[in-house]
Amino acid sequence: MAVLAHAEAGEIAARLRDLALPAHQDLRAPESGLVMLRSRVGGDGAPFNLGEATVSRAAVRLASGEVGFGYTLGRDGEKARLIALCDALVQSRDFGAALERDVIAPLREQLMVRRKRAAEETAATKVDFYTMVRGEG
Amino acid sequence: MYVAVKGGERAIENAHRLLAHKRRGDQGITEISLDQISEQLGLAVDRVMSEGSLYDRELAALAIKQARGDLIEAIFLVRAFRATLPRFGTSEPVDTGAMRVQRRVSATFKDIPGGQILGPTFDYTHRLLDPSLAEGFVPEAPATTEASTAPTPRVTDILGRDGLIESSPEAEEGASVGDLTREPLNFPADRDLRLQNLARGDEGFLLAMGYSTQRGYGRNHPFVGEIRFGEVEVEFAAEDVGFAVPLGAIELTECQMVNQFKGSATEAPCFTRGYGLAFGQSERKTMSMALVDRALRARELGEEALAPAQDEEFVMSHSDNVQATGFVEHLKLPHYVDFQSELGLLRKLRKEFAEANTPDAMKEAAE
Repeated sequence: MAVLAHAEAGEIAARLRDLALPAHQDLRAPESGLVMLRSRVGGDGAPFNLGEATVSRAAVRLASGEVGFGYTLGRDGEKARLIALCDALVQSRDFGAALERDVIAPLREQLMVRRKRAAEETAATKVDFYTMVRGEG
Repeated sequence: MYVAVKGGERAIENAHRLLAHKRRGDQGITEISLDQISEQLGLAVDRVMSEGSLYDRELAALAIKQARGDLIEAIFLVRAFRATLPRFGTSEPVDTGAMRVQRRVSATFKDIPGGQILGPTFDYTHRLLDPSLAEGFVPEAPATTEASTAPTPRVTDILGRDGLIESSPEAEEGASVGDLTREPLNFPADRDLRLQNLARGDEGFLLAMGYSTQRGYGRNHPFVGEIRFGEVEVEFAAEDVGFAVPLGAIELTECQMVNQFKGSATEAPCFTRGYGLAFGQSERKTMSMALVDRALRARELGEEALAPAQDEEFVMSHSDNVQATGFVEHLKLPHYVDFQSELGLLRKLRKEFAEANTPDAMKEAAE
């Protein structure tokens, strides 16, 4: 499901269009707010508050009863709703497999391609420094 | 003191209309888009997110556009916007050790596991203006090479294994994490509050403070143990869901400054540390922050605290550019009543002075 937070709303919507979606309703209408982002002193020590981020959330219920929650960075409420819908679908016996196959797997593939490309560009800037012996002058 | 004034509504409205017109500039020139700001002025966006203390690229780009490129004004706008939103809660602490690094350098160790990675950097450029960028510049595609899957542990973690460097402070059992957006600042402040303050502090102020420590005002012999920049995952323990949900990734820069030793009769000497962390690619900011964080630990480490950068009340009270600009810039608002009373007092003093210095009075005094 983490892959959905990394996708654009439009990409998720486009993938969902291939599914014959069951009836569903908003349990919580999309809303935007803040989450305080926490980090750790020195990277691994006691926590501290770094600063906030905008976050959107929503909840969706399928007619068959499954409840899905959607959370994502940013102010795109529609994306949160789509993630909630996917979260509900993935729990459904009838749609779980199709969601994984037609929505999540292709988006994961796309994310991996993007990350691999970025990692290769980064790798090309790996450097070997040689130490020069300090002269007397 | 500023006293409310009445009148001037029409002039104020017209001034704002004129501002909107000036902001747009020559309408024969294409309007700048938020995507253009976010993509092509990315480091300005990073700074506004860091000091605005709100991670949202699109909002920061909008603020930069609205503020006509005045970054402190943009930061002000972002802070004001953030106050309008409810807070859903607090994220799990991010793991910078698991960062997908786009840049990672150490000035202390040549050979670090995972390697030194320059990434997109101004370092080693010649700082010559490039006329080819003026128009129609198409960059070469980035070089690529097979990426290693080796982990890139924090350099301080590697050093820490031998006890050569102090370990990060552990959280005290049941201690709450300070939040200066919720509680007013009190001194002495703990390190969590100091780091939150520095993380949203003005880059220029922190740069000057950090620089002052290098020049001898609170010297602490720093080396860059590591700077890393890249993406980390954010998770949020949502109450309605019942477990931590992924929110996506944010870009962070982290600086681990390694400083000269401390030790005691009971503890072997080891390197001490200063820490910097900020949104986006903010290297100067995080380096300055790490220098100042270390300087502010003077008392904890039993050092003499005589320099400005070691004075937490001084640093923390003046680091915030929104507070600072508010107080400095309010001076230009009407102060007529205050000034009238000053003027009255000055006139009285001058009158007394003149009376004391008339030729008759002088003569009397001489006699």
